[in-house]
Amino acid sequence: MLRLWRSSLNNVMLTLTGVCAVVTASALFLILGYLLWNGGKSLDWNFFTKLPLSPGDLGGGMANAIIGSAKIVALAALLGVPVGFISGVFLAEFSNKGMADFIRYTADLLNGVPSIVIGIFAWTIIVVPMRHFSAWAGGFALSLMVIPVTLRATEQFLTQVPLSLREGALALGASKWKSVATVVIPAARTGVLTGIILGVARVSGETAPLLFTALNNQFWSKGFNEPTASLPVMIYTHAISPYEDWHRQAWAAGLVLLGLVLVANIAARMVLARGAAAQRG
Amino acid sequence: MGTSPQPGLSTTVKTEPDVTQSTPSTPAAPTGPKLRASNVDFFYGKFQALHNISIEFPENQITALIGPSGCGKSTFLRTLNRINDTIRGSRVTGEVVMDGTNILQVDVTELRRRVGMVFQRPNPFPKSIFDNIAYGVRINGLARRSEIAEVVERSLRRAALWDEVKDKLQKSAYALSGGQQQRLCIARALAVDPEVLLLDEPCSALDPIATSKIEELLLAIKDQCTLIIVTHNMQQAARVADLTGFFLLGKLIEFNKTDIIFKTPAKKETEDYITGRFG
Amino acid sequence: MATVAQTVPVRARSFFRNLRAGDQIAYLITFLFAASVVLVTTVLVFELWQKSELSIQRFGFAFLRTTTWDPVNDEFGALPFIYGTIVTSVLGLAISVPLGVGAAIFLSELAPPKTSNTLTFLVELLAAVPSVIFGLLAIFALVPLMRLYVQPALIKAFGWSPFFKGPTYGVGVLTASIVLAVMMFPYIISISREALIQVPREQREAALALGATRWEATWDAVVPFARLGIVGSIFLSLARALGETMAVTMVIGNDPRISASILAPGYTIASVIANEFTEATGDMHLSALVELGLVLFLITIILNGLGQLLLIVTAKPGTAR
Repeated sequence: MLRLWRSSLNNVMLTLTGVCAVVTASALFLILGYLLWNGGKSLDWNFFTKLPLSPGDLGGGMANAIIGSAKIVALAALLGVPVGFISGVFLAEFSNKGMADFIRYTADLLNGVPSIVIGIFAWTIIVVPMRHFSAWAGGFALSLMVIPVTLRATEQFLTQVPLSLREGALALGASKWKSVATVVIPAARTGVLTGIILGVARVSGETAPLLFTALNNQFWSKGFNEPTASLPVMIYTHAISPYEDWHRQAWAAGLVLLGLVLVANIAARMVLARGAAAQRG
Repeated sequence: MGTSPQPGLSTTVKTEPDVTQSTPSTPAAPTGPKLRASNVDFFYGKFQALHNISIEFPENQITALIGPSGCGKSTFLRTLNRINDTIRGSRVTGEVVMDGTNILQVDVTELRRRVGMVFQRPNPFPKSIFDNIAYGVRINGLARRSEIAEVVERSLRRAALWDEVKDKLQKSAYALSGGQQQRLCIARALAVDPEVLLLDEPCSALDPIATSKIEELLLAIKDQCTLIIVTHNMQQAARVADLTGFFLLGKLIEFNKTDIIFKTPAKKETEDYITGRFG
Repeated sequence: MATVAQTVPVRARSFFRNLRAGDQIAYLITFLFAASVVLVTTVLVFELWQKSELSIQRFGFAFLRTTTWDPVNDEFGALPFIYGTIVTSVLGLAISVPLGVGAAIFLSELAPPKTSNTLTFLVELLAAVPSVIFGLLAIFALVPLMRLYVQPALIKAFGWSPFFKGPTYGVGVLTASIVLAVMMFPYIISISREALIQVPREQREAALALGATRWEATWDAVVPFARLGIVGSIFLSLARALGETMAVTMVIGNDPRISASILAPGYTIASVIANEFTEATGDMHLSALVELGLVLFLITIILNGLGQLLLIVTAKPGTAR
């Protein structure tokens, strides 16, 4: 009797865990499916080339949001990647353990700041003195999220470079910085690059930090000094609006955004896997 | 004989060993073999780890399995309680008969209660000392709740650990030393009243004092249990085992009384190993 | 000068002596960049504090207890938002943890390696999905589902309790919690799976050797051994959920009221900041919002710290206890 109970419980529980795995894994498919279905219908050439029109006027698009996102994310990468990367080099190659622990802890702290709070900070530092919203502020906010990710990836992959490689360079008479620049960093480039791609992909989907930095714009923004439209913010404003047409646009934008982010993620992971396999030889 | 029914424990009926089975070249065994393996092959995927092993383990005796690293002695031991079943791609053919049934085909959880195992490194659960011992008893429903404390005490006494832990049964098992943890694992295995106890190099992670304590307790419990021990320590085999089997490259080279194996081995490979000509 | 040189530790002195000019410059440059990271983080905390000053001076600790949120009369209390943030996150955990740990058990113990890796990859991709996309799906797919089917069913079954009362808006605390739960899956599953994989094989085998079924061995021996890692994953997921803005804002209903019913609309800290910041009526309003941000930041720091600590402890061998 006990045997029967135990054996049934065994089968039931093991099956349940399988169900859990299927349910959680299928969440991704559901999301993709919805976006493909609803977004695919609304995606057309206009989407990529036209500006948004007033609700009710068909034929509008989100060209400005696409360009705007590109500008803001590029700025974020330009600001954040070098800072994160070079800091990572310091942590991995030059720093002593105490300092490294402290800096790493600080970077983790920065990483854990809620994205809306990052937005508040960027607003305080950039928007208030400038007295207007801008792509500068948005780029700055996102760069704060790029820095910790890049720093961690750089440090992680640099420290994985084997001692034998470093010593080989030093033994040939290279100075420390030369050996780092010409041997160690190239050896770690796959991992570091993947980390950077993943980090940048993540911030390209962030909305909250842009809400009061780059704000939004129904038109083109000249340069970096004006409020700038971005895909995530557009999706947000259009989704919560009461207009059918704008909802369609939101789906289309969602599909484009998710597509970009997923492609970047999958590509980065594949590159990383291939790099790791090559290193194992 | 197996353990006679203890008061208060719900008992599984112990079948009498089949007296018509003759035990050929090992005259010390009083009754038929407890376990008999016939033509056992074992595969890890495509690799064959055991070749045609046939061996008999007499009841209430200690049998040692010796041989160099990788010779298959542990693999063979683990087929006896089918713990290898958990390894993906593993396959076993042949027969292992205990009390008239081929254990390779019975319900595995019941088998494992009757054939217990002690592992190379002590592996107590992250629970208290008491709960570690009680675990097997509880899940197999072997005692009423009021009797579990009794069973725990009895098992700890059999494992010669009671006096050292009786005042700290609720403490974590990890608070014990390595040797104590291993005796705990032995007590845990004994708590479910196994008929056979398999020990896979149980002392290899322990110091000499802890080792001798365990060897003493093995000799003390052998009349309640059939013991099969894998060891790479030949002196240990000589000290505790009645019978010894020598494995090499997945084959059983020689199997006989320990005295004979160590003093007058029949096969050259056995002699080479005993005298240390290869590791 | 001689005394200064003596106070510098010996190792540091020889360290600098061994560096050649190029190395010293490299050290300096990389150091400056790293220092800038510390600097910007410090400034962030400072600014948060500074901009909250107004509100902190005015309300003190009562800020955390008061429920009025009245921009017109400059009366601000954080309690409804703290309540909403905590309830949605905890409820989200309550949904996510059983499913996530169950999935992690399946992926680490039962699934063949290839299946396990593929499914894990798919689940981890979920972490890359932007919050606003979750919000999009929540508004158009989840909310109607809740309004038409789930909420009415819950009211029918549990309407007698105070937790399931009220009109079926579709949006609300429960809806937001469900979205959060889905967003937490990848973190719980990924980290718990790692913790379970690291449990030594002998633990499972010890239980099996005593006659345990596969489930008993997993639940009684493997999972407890990994519990620190699993709990760590819970803390980290909680920290993320608390700071989650967009998806929650889109479905929580934006009502700064505390109610027992989880079908009612609510408000979280992140949501109110997102909604009201650009239209803040005056300095006090703004300061109160920034102070909310500070509160949120502090809570997430603590949770993240605890989570990391647990994970570090599990990384040390032999510390299941």
